[in-house]
Amino acid sequence: MTVAVASGKGGTGKTTIAVSLALSREEPATLLDCDVEEPNAHLFLHPSIEETRPVELLVPEVDAALCTGCGACSRACRFHAIVTLGTEPLVFPELCHACGGCALACPTRAIREVPFRIGVVERGRAGALAFAQGRLDVGRAMAVPVIRALRSTRQEGAGFTVIDAPPGTSCPVVASVRGTDVVLLVTEPTPFGLNDLVLAVGMVRSLGIPFGVLINRSDIGDAAVRDYCAGEGIPVLLELVEDRRIAEAYSRGVPALGAVPELAPRFRLLAESLAGLASGRSVAVSA
Amino acid sequence: MTIAITAKAEGLGAEVDLRFGRASWFVLYDTETKTARTVDNRQSLNTASGAGIQAAETVSREGARCLITGHCGPNAFRALSSAGIKVYNGAAGTVADAVAAFAQGILKEASSADVAGHW
Repeated sequence: MTVAVASGKGGTGKTTIAVSLALSREEPATLLDCDVEEPNAHLFLHPSIEETRPVELLVPEVDAALCTGCGACSRACRFHAIVTLGTEPLVFPELCHACGGCALACPTRAIREVPFRIGVVERGRAGALAFAQGRLDVGRAMAVPVIRALRSTRQEGAGFTVIDAPPGTSCPVVASVRGTDVVLLVTEPTPFGLNDLVLAVGMVRSLGIPFGVLINRSDIGDAAVRDYCAGEGIPVLLELVEDRRIAEAYSRGVPALGAVPELAPRFRLLAESLAGLASGRSVAVSA
Repeated sequence: MTIAITAKAEGLGAEVDLRFGRASWFVLYDTETKTARTVDNRQSLNTASGAGIQAAETVSREGARCLITGHCGPNAFRALSSAGIKVYNGAAGTVADAVAAFAQGILKEASSADVAGHW
């Protein structure tokens, strides 16, 4: 089973929850950190990285000897990654989505596609846990291809896999969540948490993936998130109160379960609830 | 010759927009006829990246040979140079002020980008 841990709002505790879910397992598990713009699960898992692979896109390169400057390539590109303003096209590889459309459009076959590195996928282990993360290079904007490369790993789908998704509801989040068996939306009971939860629920519903909510720091804020979930028939699978021990452990790079081991059974129950949602069964909700 | 000036509103009385790619408007001033028209660039607000390149395409299509703005980033500068458009940074005040400063030779032609992308 593959569980994506996502949220609309950033800073709700996605990584803390994803790491706890993975570490609470008694059988082998895998964690994939898909927040490739700033992967941070490694700060708590301290994995040994055994393999690093570059992620490359194929971007256009123009052969000036063959180019007539007709601009067909630029008209084919909706991302302005290849523009023809003078006599021959200019390529902006950091804007290229690597669709290959410009090369197809070129009537003189003046464009060939060349590799352009945008990041890496790193794999390794953290104790019994298989670990992999994507890392987008500084100055690059294309997170989605790095996430796809990370998720094409053989590790996903083998046993219990937890995906730590980026925050928000945009393309990198969709790339992290699509095709998983169940999504856990982590939120906090505040107006900001609710606003972004509603957006995230819309995204997950349109992807057609079963999902439940975890309310983190459940003893702050107001009742609006609970009211919203009740009104929408969304299961609240777990509520965790604010706990200074978890925050102190976090600041030292220690997982929440390292500081509060008695939470482990609650995370195992959470995993059972998620498995129930994934299989379409009704779930036992532990509030 | 047509010069493009980045502007926060339409017409010569508008305030100069210091940004190029994400300026709301481009005022196009014809130095021969001394007339101005304005082109809408507000769609750039919906663009995540590539706004400077897109803006360079717009001013090039509108026939500008010079651009007057506040600052110009590397992608925009590269695209403008390729189109043969000269860049004059450091404009301030109204569009009419910028045109006057340009005519008096107060604005200097830039030889490279003066800010990083997404400044």
